[in-house]
Amino acid sequence: MIDVLYFAWVRERIGLPRERLETTAPTVRALIAELVAREERYEAAFADLTSLRVALDQDLSDFDAPLAGVREVAFFPPMTGG
Amino acid sequence: MRLSVQTEAFDLGAESNAFASGTKAGAIVTFTGIVRDNCGTLSAMQIEHYPGMTERAISAIMQDAITRWTLTDALVIHRHGLLTAGEPIMMVATAAPHRADAFAAAEFLMDYLKSRAPFWKKEIGADGADWVAAKQTDEDALSRWDKG
Repeated sequence: MIDVLYFAWVRERIGLPRERLETTAPTVRALIAELVAREERYEAAFADLTSLRVALDQDLSDFDAPLAGVREVAFFPPMTGG
Repeated sequence: MRLSVQTEAFDLGAESNAFASGTKAGAIVTFTGIVRDNCGTLSAMQIEHYPGMTERAISAIMQDAITRWTLTDALVIHRHGLLTAGEPIMMVATAAPHRADAFAAAEFLMDYLKSRAPFWKKEIGADGADWVAAKQTDEDALSRWDKG
């Protein structure tokens, strides 16, 4: 089981802040493909990966990173702090 | 070193005084970010964050600043939740024996907070609400801190 978190407009497009998923996806990119195949709202959220960032267990990562051993995946737009 | 991610307003004067009184530094630099209302139409600013990762990311940035420059102390306060125009969003303070280190470290902290701390701003106006887009210039600003 893996916790998947969504923030900002990603959360709004998907319609929920987090969900717990059963997945065998080996990489972040494969997990995204699984989600996009599920429902249109995921397709809308993941349409342009260049406008998205991913964190694995609260560390910034990339879409080709492996998911083995990861407990928490978060998707969000580029950060706008400060 | 102190970090606070909070919804409550903070008192800039009180925070600066407390920071200054606790240090033996020769130089203190503070920066404060205020909610801007560029077009006069902003009703509020919603700031979302990633509890856990936000603290973790900022702590790492502060730790990095302390190893790069000779700092005696550093402070970051960043708010989240619903803010209105004119309210302070965040502040950074750095203390160092000399001003060059204090200025550089404060700029470094600001550049990294802008693009690497997980916060997302949404501007809420009379005509609706929009997520603030990240600026390429903010991303470019990080490159000047690359270690060669």
